[in-house]
Amino acid sequence: MWAVLQCMLTRDLILAIRRMSDVLTTLFFFVIVVSLFPLGIGADMDTLRAIAPGVVWVAALLASMLALGRLFNEDFADGTLEQWILTPQPLALLVLSKIVAHWLVTGVPLVLIAPLLGLQYDLPANALWILVLSLLVGTPVLSLIGAIGAALTLGLRGGGVLISLLVLPLYVPVLIFGAGVVDAGISGLDTQAHFWLMSAFLVLALVFSPLATAAALRISIE
Amino acid sequence: MADRSIPWFMGAAIVLTLLGLYCSFFTTPDVLQDQKEYYRIIFIHVPAAWMSMWLYVIMAGWAAIGLVFNTRLSFMMATAVAPTGAIFTFLALWTGSFWGRTSWGTWWDWDPRLTFELILLFLFIGYMALHAAIDDPRRADRASALLALVGVFCIPIIYYSVQCPDPNSLNCRALHQTSSLRSIESSILISMMIMALAYWMYSFAAVLMRVRSIILEREKGNEWVSELLGRMK
Repeated sequence: MWAVLQCMLTRDLILAIRRMSDVLTTLFFFVIVVSLFPLGIGADMDTLRAIAPGVVWVAALLASMLALGRLFNEDFADGTLEQWILTPQPLALLVLSKIVAHWLVTGVPLVLIAPLLGLQYDLPANALWILVLSLLVGTPVLSLIGAIGAALTLGLRGGGVLISLLVLPLYVPVLIFGAGVVDAGISGLDTQAHFWLMSAFLVLALVFSPLATAAALRISIE
Repeated sequence: MADRSIPWFMGAAIVLTLLGLYCSFFTTPDVLQDQKEYYRIIFIHVPAAWMSMWLYVIMAGWAAIGLVFNTRLSFMMATAVAPTGAIFTFLALWTGSFWGRTSWGTWWDWDPRLTFELILLFLFIGYMALHAAIDDPRRADRASALLALVGVFCIPIIYYSVQCPDPNSLNCRALHQTSSLRSIESSILISMMIMALAYWMYSFAAVLMRVRSIILEREKGNEWVSELLGRMK
């Protein structure tokens, strides 16, 4: 079974590398959105420092959401998705490996570039570190929860807008604690509780989201 | 059966609403601490909030039954509950913001209960949007049912978000405090219960009316519908 998961993971990663542009568009969207806020709000460093965690996190949310389109749509279009549903392997595990590949390709770049964006907002060094950690724990949760939305809206006309309506309300707890932990870090308060809670979200999502996504895929494919 | 019971439910709803409003204005005290007359919004706000949570649970319940037993009617019930639930959630948020403005000076405050009530509204709307976006009724039913079930986590958060272990700590300063139902005056409590009952009657009536139209619309290819319509002419 591990061989199957590994095979799927490799396949998705190779496909993603072949179409690097998809990956890079998400990353650049993230960077552009984060860069837009100082232009709109004005470059007062104190204000920017205060809004930095929220802005970076909301941009990460939006970028994650935009990237969800490529999670299942291409495989649905050429029929591979149906074949996965028909295999004897548990669909939830196949879905999990797909989501992991998706996160590696869309979430990790966000995490890696976050320190640079934090510097744009004049965040102190320890806050940068907390920002990276919070995104590291939070972006997998975003991919996991987003997968449910992507599976539910497979092949629909509404497309990206519908998925955002469905998925953004579910993202809100992650956003609250993700931005909250960086705020706490800036103010010098204890961040452990927030990290524990976010890790709890991650574990819960890891367990339940593949099951829900698999059920949603079955509903969508019929 | 729905035909015969709807007028009763609607009638009960109207009577109880009038009774509830009468009670809330005339039999309850004039002032509540420093909120003066404005506290009376509580009679609309709190029962509406209760309804919004209950209706979401009921909707998720029908969705679960539909997914497990694969019955069309359960999905139709769930779809019928959604708009009523959305209306009550909106009512709770709207009256709540008026109450907040008059009593605490703020239209909105991002405390956990309020925020998750807003998310509940988005969940209701998302349910209706997803259902409307899918043409195939079977897939639409099942997809929105799954969404309703995924969103159930919201309700315990709303309910338990005001039970703080340590009311004095920094994390627990919020607009909504722990439930004080046990310590309110009985006249206020009774009026709230009457309004809650009125809302329940209205919900039954509205949902039954809605599910009736949904059934007619979905089953219009069948014989019994044309017979019914023929008889009604």
